[in-house]
Amino acid sequence: MFTEIIQKISLYAIPFIILVIPAYGFVRKVKVYESFTDGAKDGFNTAVRIIPFLVAMLVAIGVFRASGAMDIVTNALSPITNLINMPAEVLPLAIMRPLSGGGAQGVMSELVTNHGADSIIGRTASIMQGSTETTFYVLAVYFGAVSIKKTRHALPAGLIADFVGIITAVLVANLMFR
Amino acid sequence: MINYVWFGLIAIGVIVGALTGNIEAVTDAAISNARTGVDLSLGLIGTMALWLGIMKIAEDSGLIKSLAKALRFIMVPLFPDVPADHPAMGAMIMNMSANMLGLGNAATPLGLKAMTELQKLNPNKDTATNAMATFLAINTSSVTLIPASVIAIRVAANSANATEIIGPTIVATLASTIAAIIAVKLLQRLPMFQIKPESVVEVTSDQASLNE
Repeated sequence: MFTEIIQKISLYAIPFIILVIPAYGFVRKVKVYESFTDGAKDGFNTAVRIIPFLVAMLVAIGVFRASGAMDIVTNALSPITNLINMPAEVLPLAIMRPLSGGGAQGVMSELVTNHGADSIIGRTASIMQGSTETTFYVLAVYFGAVSIKKTRHALPAGLIADFVGIITAVLVANLMFR
Repeated sequence: MINYVWFGLIAIGVIVGALTGNIEAVTDAAISNARTGVDLSLGLIGTMALWLGIMKIAEDSGLIKSLAKALRFIMVPLFPDVPADHPAMGAMIMNMSANMLGLGNAATPLGLKAMTELQKLNPNKDTATNAMATFLAINTSSVTLIPASVIAIRVAANSANATEIIGPTIVATLASTIAAIIAVKLLQRLPMFQIKPESVVEVTSDQASLNE
């Protein structure tokens, strides 16, 4: 039942949004075509802007993996990740996620490319990537912009949220896809 | 921090590769993964353009402004120190809406606007307010409904069903956001996170000396 509802939401979410938002705009007499293309023209720049981050992280992770170092680390930590049925390969993503958005995207892309998007590793990584944020980056950028130096409880609260998000991603992935 | 992580991966990789005799594989991985990075990025262009286009329609049609009004009942309890019709509220909702649609690059400018507005309400300009910490915690817990870039990467990796992760992602994002709100509201009560503004200390010591 749970799985069925979630699958229905997955199936209808995007068609719903790409119908409802332009329909609303049309009714409100927005020039929907021109608005869309105006917004869409930033798509190229956004995608191109992440190239350096992806290349940097993919190369570093590729080197780390190919050398056999990743196997050493994941083997060492497998007793911990096995406890919650977390694929050991996903662990580097969980560690990278709060540190660097581009980095995490690199790790996630790498996992999806090498293990397959539809493997349990690919699915867990996708859910993890989608449900957590780059806490350190957001904190640095947002507080930096208004010169806040004493961040108080913002960082611990953000990290607690990341931790819960990562654990939940593993649990939900196991529940639905294993 | 990311500098240590990145250099650590490369340094350990090259050294371990040399020791284990995998040094050729290290070379191959470096070169082929650099290429994969570009391929993946270029594969994102279409999906990014789609969502940025949809988002622009939502903005131009006033949908985002209506959303701000509709969500007032959630925003006021979350940010009790911010007046209900303060510009910070609208900016925060627009930022969260952009996050929900997975539009990180649209979300950041709106988030910075929200922080600027929240800073206007801040009596201690170098110290985060409770509202700022709450906004940041919700923001970093990522309230995502459509993880567009994740879906794009899955499409680029030939997933048979790239969008199947939307439902599970909503569940995980809800859990982390609820955790963020609970954590931020509990932590703000701890003595170690109390605001100790110098100005207040000075005033009380002045009064103390006057009383003497």
